[in-house]
Amino acid sequence: MTRTGRAADPLGRPPLLLLAPAVVALLLLVVPLVAMLAAIDWASLPDDLASAPLRRALWLSLTTSTAAMLVSLLLGLPVAWLLARVQFRGRGLVRVLVTVPMVLPPVVAGVALRSAFGRTGLVGAPLLDATGFAFPFTAWGVVLAHVFVSMPFVVLAIEGALRTADPELDGAAATLGATRWTTFRRVTVPLALPGIVAGMVLGWARSLGEFGATITFNGNYPGRTQTMPTLIYVTRQSDQDAALALSLVMLVVSVAVLVLLRGRWLGTP
Amino acid sequence: MTAGLHVDLTVPGRASVRLDAGPGTVVAVIGPNGAGKSSLVRALAGLVPADGTAVLDGTDLLRLPARDREVGLVFQGQLLFPHLSALDNVAFGPRARGRARREADAAAQRLLDTFGVGHLGHRRPRELSGGQAQRVAIARALATEPRLLLLDEPFAGLDVTVAMALRIELAQHLADFDGVAILVTHEAIDALTLADQVLVLDGGTVAQRGTPQDVAARPATDHVARLVGVNLVRGAEEFTTFSPRDVTVSLRRPEGSARLRWSGSIASAQQHGDAVRLLVDSEPALLADVTPQAATELGLAPGREVWLSVKATAVSRYAAHPDDR
Repeated sequence: MTRTGRAADPLGRPPLLLLAPAVVALLLLVVPLVAMLAAIDWASLPDDLASAPLRRALWLSLTTSTAAMLVSLLLGLPVAWLLARVQFRGRGLVRVLVTVPMVLPPVVAGVALRSAFGRTGLVGAPLLDATGFAFPFTAWGVVLAHVFVSMPFVVLAIEGALRTADPELDGAAATLGATRWTTFRRVTVPLALPGIVAGMVLGWARSLGEFGATITFNGNYPGRTQTMPTLIYVTRQSDQDAALALSLVMLVVSVAVLVLLRGRWLGTP
Repeated sequence: MTAGLHVDLTVPGRASVRLDAGPGTVVAVIGPNGAGKSSLVRALAGLVPADGTAVLDGTDLLRLPARDREVGLVFQGQLLFPHLSALDNVAFGPRARGRARREADAAAQRLLDTFGVGHLGHRRPRELSGGQAQRVAIARALATEPRLLLLDEPFAGLDVTVAMALRIELAQHLADFDGVAILVTHEAIDALTLADQVLVLDGGTVAQRGTPQDVAARPATDHVARLVGVNLVRGAEEFTTFSPRDVTVSLRRPEGSARLRWSGSIASAQQHGDAVRLLVDSEPALLADVTPQAATELGLAPGREVWLSVKATAVSRYAAHPDDR
């Protein structure tokens, strides 16, 4: 499928054994989205989009995902820095512990969060006694579930970014009299900033799509814990067209964020 | 004696060095790759752990973390902060040590002006040429007003004319610098033009120390002999050096002392000034300069077996083990 007038690749044509699977992969990724767009009933779309549950769910999804991203950054950046820059015993173990929630089925994550932060949980019970506050079935619970599943992505992405900033520069900063905090603030973070932002976007996107842990930990209360994915799931059981419309919103939001950030931070290879 | 630098340190597995230098002294550290030059410098800066002591004006550096040592280090390859302007790079040290921004910027600008790059303060390192970046790197190291300045191969990677210009500038700055300066270098000319004292490292230990003239005239290692371009024949008790210019090349075994006569095949022949410099793989390997005419007439190409000899009056001999090692 080489375009006419274009010089042939001097290394020869890409082998079919690589080309064919690549095409299949692309189709696999693109066809469902195209099919979804094709299935949308554009006539009823304005009505479906005007619904109050959608506005509430979308708002909750956006705010909780953003809050989760900020918490993941605040807590995850230090973890990433420790992993990237400090030699300590058990560093490998810490990295494994960080990675586990990434491979854990989200439903299991929800169950685990219940055990820890539920009203009778290990941390939840004393917290309830002391403050009268419990995470489950609140927007804070949604944020907590989001942080649990998305922080690993943020930590690992940022750790990779921090590793690309030459550690020798830390030495240079030290000889100039900088404390490690100053070096972190003025050298390490600015140099890794594009990677840090990419990590934040990754975490945000993971939170936005989070379903299993959120619904297991928080249930599905419209306006309080009903996020877009749970709303779509519930709507689909009664009204296919409305579910499609909601899905379209999610698709547009995701693509918009990706496009907005791509030029600015993520860079094109 | 407490002023100046008094070093007796070991970087485990790397280097073991004793060194004394008074205030205002420039010490050149030379030696082949892996001799421990960078280890010494990095140990003094606090970037690698070392045992022993390194007393600078009465304070043992090795007991202090890197940031409290008041040591300026010019890294091999500059290592400027790529995201900061030249001015911010130089102001980084003063600001990290708590000076106000305006004050630090003013000091940085003065230093950049001193090094003739004051007009480039707004540029990022990648927008600077090699020579400009190296000037900024030296200014950055001096900005914290260190009492010990460490320069790790400051001319490496610069082209010849740039290196020469920078060498002359640096000589002027080092003359004004009242702390101790340690200059790691690959070039004999740096040691000869910039240093008051030369420390020759080999295999992690001090192989020779002395004034530049001394070390150049009586090299103790093959590396230094090669750097200053002389032949070194090492005996058990006595070393002999002579210039490649004084070597006579012949195809037949020459008359004269067997001690000043060697044979071997030519390993390489290269233009050197207006002569042809031969490297002969005799025991030891020796350099010989011949005229281009002689090279042609005798057919002195690589592979050719030749005899080398030198007049007894052209060699200088000295004890293999001078007192101070």
